[in-house]
Amino acid sequence: MEIDCVLSAHACELNMADSSSEEIAVIGNTDLTAADSENNRNNTMAEAGTTLLRRMEISVAEAEKRTGKNAVNMQETYTVYLIETRPTETATEGQNPTPDALWRRYSEFELLRNFLLVTYSFIVVPPLPEKRAEFVWHKLSADNMDPDFVERRRAGLENFLLRVASHPVLANDKIFYNFLTEENGWKELVFETGFQAKADSRLKALNATFRVKNPDKRFTELKHYSDELQSVTSQLLRVRARVADRLYGVYKVHGNYGRVFSEWSAIERDMGDGLQSAGHHMDAYAASVDDILEEEEHYADQLKEYLFYAEALRAVCRKHELLQYELEADAQDLTSKKQQREELATGTIRTFSLKGMTSKLFGQETPEQREAKLKVLEEQIDEGENLVKQKNAECGEFVQNAWVDMERFKEQKDRDLKEALISYAVMQISVCKKGIQVWTNAKECFSKM
Amino acid sequence: MSGIIVDTTAYSAPAQETTADVSERMLELDEDDDLEVFSKGATLADGSLFSPSMPTSPASMINQFEEDTDEKDIFVTVDNPESHVTAIETFITYRVLTKTTRSEFDSCEYEVRRRYQDFFWLKGKLEEAHPTLIVHPLPEKFVMKGMVERFNEDFIDTRRKALHKFLNRIADHPILSCSEDFKIFLSAQAWELTSHKKQGPGFLTRMGDTVRAVAATVRGVKNRPDEFTAIQEYVDTFSQKITSLDKVAQRILKEQKEYLEELKECAPSYTLWSGSEEELVEPLKGVASSIDRCCSETEEQVNQLSENLIPALHEYVLCAETLKAVLRRRDNIQADLEAKGDTLANKKTEREADSKDLGFVLGSFLGKNPEEAKQQKQQRLDVEIEELKEEIDKLDDKMEFANNAMKGDWERWQRNMRGDIKAAFLCTAEKNVDYYEKCLAVWESFLLSQKSDLSMESSRDQPLALQEIAKDVTPQAT
Repeated sequence: MEIDCVLSAHACELNMADSSSEEIAVIGNTDLTAADSENNRNNTMAEAGTTLLRRMEISVAEAEKRTGKNAVNMQETYTVYLIETRPTETATEGQNPTPDALWRRYSEFELLRNFLLVTYSFIVVPPLPEKRAEFVWHKLSADNMDPDFVERRRAGLENFLLRVASHPVLANDKIFYNFLTEENGWKELVFETGFQAKADSRLKALNATFRVKNPDKRFTELKHYSDELQSVTSQLLRVRARVADRLYGVYKVHGNYGRVFSEWSAIERDMGDGLQSAGHHMDAYAASVDDILEEEEHYADQLKEYLFYAEALRAVCRKHELLQYELEADAQDLTSKKQQREELATGTIRTFSLKGMTSKLFGQETPEQREAKLKVLEEQIDEGENLVKQKNAECGEFVQNAWVDMERFKEQKDRDLKEALISYAVMQISVCKKGIQVWTNAKECFSKM
Repeated sequence: MSGIIVDTTAYSAPAQETTADVSERMLELDEDDDLEVFSKGATLADGSLFSPSMPTSPASMINQFEEDTDEKDIFVTVDNPESHVTAIETFITYRVLTKTTRSEFDSCEYEVRRRYQDFFWLKGKLEEAHPTLIVHPLPEKFVMKGMVERFNEDFIDTRRKALHKFLNRIADHPILSCSEDFKIFLSAQAWELTSHKKQGPGFLTRMGDTVRAVAATVRGVKNRPDEFTAIQEYVDTFSQKITSLDKVAQRILKEQKEYLEELKECAPSYTLWSGSEEELVEPLKGVASSIDRCCSETEEQVNQLSENLIPALHEYVLCAETLKAVLRRRDNIQADLEAKGDTLANKKTEREADSKDLGFVLGSFLGKNPEEAKQQKQQRLDVEIEELKEEIDKLDDKMEFANNAMKGDWERWQRNMRGDIKAAFLCTAEKNVDYYEKCLAVWESFLLSQKSDLSMESSRDQPLALQEIAKDVTPQAT
């Protein structure tokens, strides 16, 4: 899969601390002029302007339950989501053709995302809505089949598609386009790319994290940030869920006022009317909490998106560590081979080796043997140098491209979260206004008692 | 913590006029002026002057207005709880301050200290003297629920307010306020009160009363007047409803407290987050401080509930019990009357009966002249009948008096109840409106602070295309 790379304006330098050899010292000596970097930025915008989202309306319109036989031939119930697409030109021209539509299940979305993760490992790939309901404030909505949960998932999936379709890099991906347009045979297409083979094993990644010596400091900082973001948002989500639970309790208990007032009003002559009408307002108050908490779920979903984004961010940092580690390992390998060559050529044994010991014990090699060995080593060193050069370039490219996306992500995150906080305040204001209204009405009724 | 409780600031706040300040002013004036100023003082500042911790909303003052405030000539306050430690026990006394122009009182001002026991004694005496008048309930003797210690500050204050209300209701009552026991309670020194308490019906007499009461309950009433049956039905339903309301209010308080506890965890989470961010620091901190302020508003809401609404409702739960007792006592008097009436009828029948009866046989058994025995018996019966008639006359009067007293008091009680309940709920509703208004202001000022930041940001260069896309992509609340 070709990767459309967008070059950043900065040159990257990678220094190998423990090597003295010049071949591996500095990479990416591309000195861009100011004009070039301006041009690059404009190109970015031009591409952004023509992302998929500009050309096409995308929505996840519906959700439906299906039953079918699964892989182990057992009956299962699952939900499918209707993806509708329509070219924007026709919509703006006043025509309203029926959109193209196809059905996808959650697992297909997952497959798409995994493909993107592997193929565009330098991109912070937008996350999917959660697989299972977590941070629930009320026991009811923990069920995956619950209509509210399905509805929120539908919205989350739509959001995912829109995010991908508006991403300067991801939007151009063919597999993504086919996901939206080819109902049948899409899965085969994905598997044909062989992306699964390119996926890095967890163990490999973990190993790299511990043993890498010189990762880019910016990525290390970002990794710390992603950890913090994850921990802070999950704590906030937990607290919020508990607060919502309690708020529900407070509002609902007020409903009891209504019942008792009504019964009491039956025996009162002067107070009866006032009590009765006050009771109705108490009932309204109790009922209003359902809408309030429904709206708060949207806020929670916005936080959750960034909780999951933190994971995507960390994945990019880890990929960098892995590439860097492999580069370091290859460079180390090359260095040691060169040392061996030197030893063979000068006959001095600087480092302890089994070979050295055996030759001491059993006699030196013949000149012919040494020649042969040297030749092999030279070949290996040549290969090694090419490999390191290649890896170096790969690493540098990765860092450049990833950094661009990091910047983009950072701006998006700041914008989105600020808006989320503002909409939270707006929500609270609406809650307060409702409260003022209900209790002012109740006060009216009480004053008439 | 020492056992001595000093004047709590609630009623010696310099901002409010304390009763001490007022009394000093009062003493300087002429006696006639005293009366004038007193009345004016009462109508204008009833709420704040003599019940410093009571709600001073217009609603609560309406109730006072319904009284004949121009004729109010006795004012009582209960304040200044103090702890007393003796070898045997620790107890609280309250200062009872009285100002009056009534002639039955030797002086126009009294200050005494009383403990709960004394209030309890007073209530007993009043009920004894006026069994069918409705005496306002005392706060409960023991508190079962929770871990409320008797010396907890909130508990003491709640009790003090209830005792204050108790005395004031008596002072406002046209009949009860004239009670000798009430006068002694307000004016006597500690040792005088103790010796007075020792007088009165002895133990055996009181036992006899109780036995008669139980017997009357067993006997039951045959011809209860309709209006009292109606009152009984009302009281039964009222008791149920007010008990339910009491429970509902307690439950709301509990939920509200738990909500507050959880809410307190919110602000720190936002503050923690702001530590990791750059651009988002201001909005995150803004949200954190807004939530903090809402927390303190919620705290006030909780306090209002526990200091105002719940005690008010609980008072009427106790009232319901008082009403039931009053109705029972009225019934007992009627049962007594009916029983005596039956006895009289029986004796009359006996009187008219033929001489050929047991008396004759018994008399002759004892060696008496049958004729003589019959005459003796008839004379005895006549005496008994006369005695009974006198008793019944007295009981009739007593019944009539009791019924009228009760009817009158019933009207009074209903008026008071309406006023009190209305005031309590009005206050709660007002407080809730206030709470939401304050929270609204908090969030609006947060929004304002963010809007000014936003307008600063938009002047910065941002690629328009990205901005547009941002609008498309921002998750919309469907």
